Amino acid sequence: MSGNHDHEGHDHHHREPESVLSLRVRALESLLVEKKLVSSDAVDRIVSAYEQDIGPHHGAKVVARAWVDPAYKERLLADGSAAIEELGFGGVDLKVVENTPQVHNLVTCTLCSCYPHSLIGLPPTWYKSFEYRSRAVIEPRVVLREFGVDVPETIDIRVWDSSAEMRYLVLPQRPPGTEGMSETELAQLVTRDAMIGVALVQRTSGTPARPERAAL
Amino acid sequence: MNGIHDMGGMHGFGRVEREPEEPVFHAEWEGRVLGVSRACSAQKIFNIDESRHAIERMPPEDYLASSYYERHLDRNVRLLVEKGVITREELERRMAVLAQGRDPAPSHEDPSLIARMLRALTARPSYRQPGPPPHFSPGDHVITRRDAPRGHTRLPRYARGKHGLIHRVHGCYIFPDANAHGEGEQSHPLYSIRFEAVELWGVSAEQRACVHLDLWERYLEAAPPAPTPGRSQT
Repeated sequence: MSGNHDHEGHDHHHREPESVLSLRVRALESLLVEKKLVSSDAVDRIVSAYEQDIGPHHGAKVVARAWVDPAYKERLLADGSAAIEELGFGGVDLKVVENTPQVHNLVTCTLCSCYPHSLIGLPPTWYKSFEYRSRAVIEPRVVLREFGVDVPETIDIRVWDSSAEMRYLVLPQRPPGTEGMSETELAQLVTRDAMIGVALVQRTSGTPARPERAAL
Repeated sequence: MNGIHDMGGMHGFGRVEREPEEPVFHAEWEGRVLGVSRACSAQKIFNIDESRHAIERMPPEDYLASSYYERHLDRNVRLLVEKGVITREELERRMAVLAQGRDPAPSHEDPSLIARMLRALTARPSYRQPGPPPHFSPGDHVITRRDAPRGHTRLPRYARGKHGLIHRVHGCYIFPDANAHGEGEQSHPLYSIRFEAVELWGVSAEQRACVHLDLWERYLEAAPPAPTPGRSQT
């Protein structure tokens, strides 16, 4: 992976050159390894877990199961943590909020960047941006319109500001015309953004929830 | 604290910009920062509330000028120095040594650390603990505290002194305002509370919108129901 990207947006401007940052990070790890508080292979394992295993495709399986199995959906909405454990996921105190024809849900964290990492992977930069953190609570419809989602004022918007250790996942509406699809096919339609609440699930999904493996 | 991190409702940051095909990490060092942070948590060198508060204590101009992983690096260094694990001079010296191309740290393996770090990705977190019974029930009206604590708090500024409705009782969870300051894991009732947009933002509010926050009982007082017509829909 190259550190030499040309990024837009202020979240990628750094106070120091990348070379100095990178050196400081290596120096800190070296000191902690010397003090036997950290091992570099432990750091490697966490990095590879997030790069190669954990990702939106896990959350997508949960959503697809809830769409095809009403009893599972009921358990998921009642106790998200227990219901995702049934599918082998965990690591999070999870509340699932359901989109309906009357209600649209949106997840944010205004104080830091809380996010259900262990279920859908690390958050995208925009979720951690000052723009999203400041605006999602005060003008959710305007923010959603920028994401291409138009929520009319006949529909309630509920914004979930993750201010404690509960993490929120949106259960999107199953798109019409998918009655014949299998659970696996349905999971492929479910995107990360739909589980945050900034996208709707489309019958033909342009962006699969599964992370791109080509770069690994 | 009334810090720069408390951004809910601020104006002026502009459009939310998205990066297509965004990688998990933008540079190798970002992943190392994440891994070292997780190791420090697994070693119980600092807890989640100390960790958040350390980021909040960055000078505001640095906070705004830094990326997410830079803030996390700053946090790691700040807490490790404060807790006496490393010194800033030691870190500078090690940077100088590494710049010359050699890492003097003998390699170290710790399978139990790996196991604990991986378990944190699948096991349920332990923030929920036994505590006192909740004073409020779903449907109760509350008003949030109006003060301006100098320490850590998870009651954002935009929701202070506001009228809300108890939506759900989560149980008792470790109180961050104490745990961030070395006062131990005090467990207090936590609630999901619904605030109507008009209560938070007045005439600027969007129609048919509300914000839910998870707030500890210590932030709340009982309130009479729906004092103004704008809140009657609750």
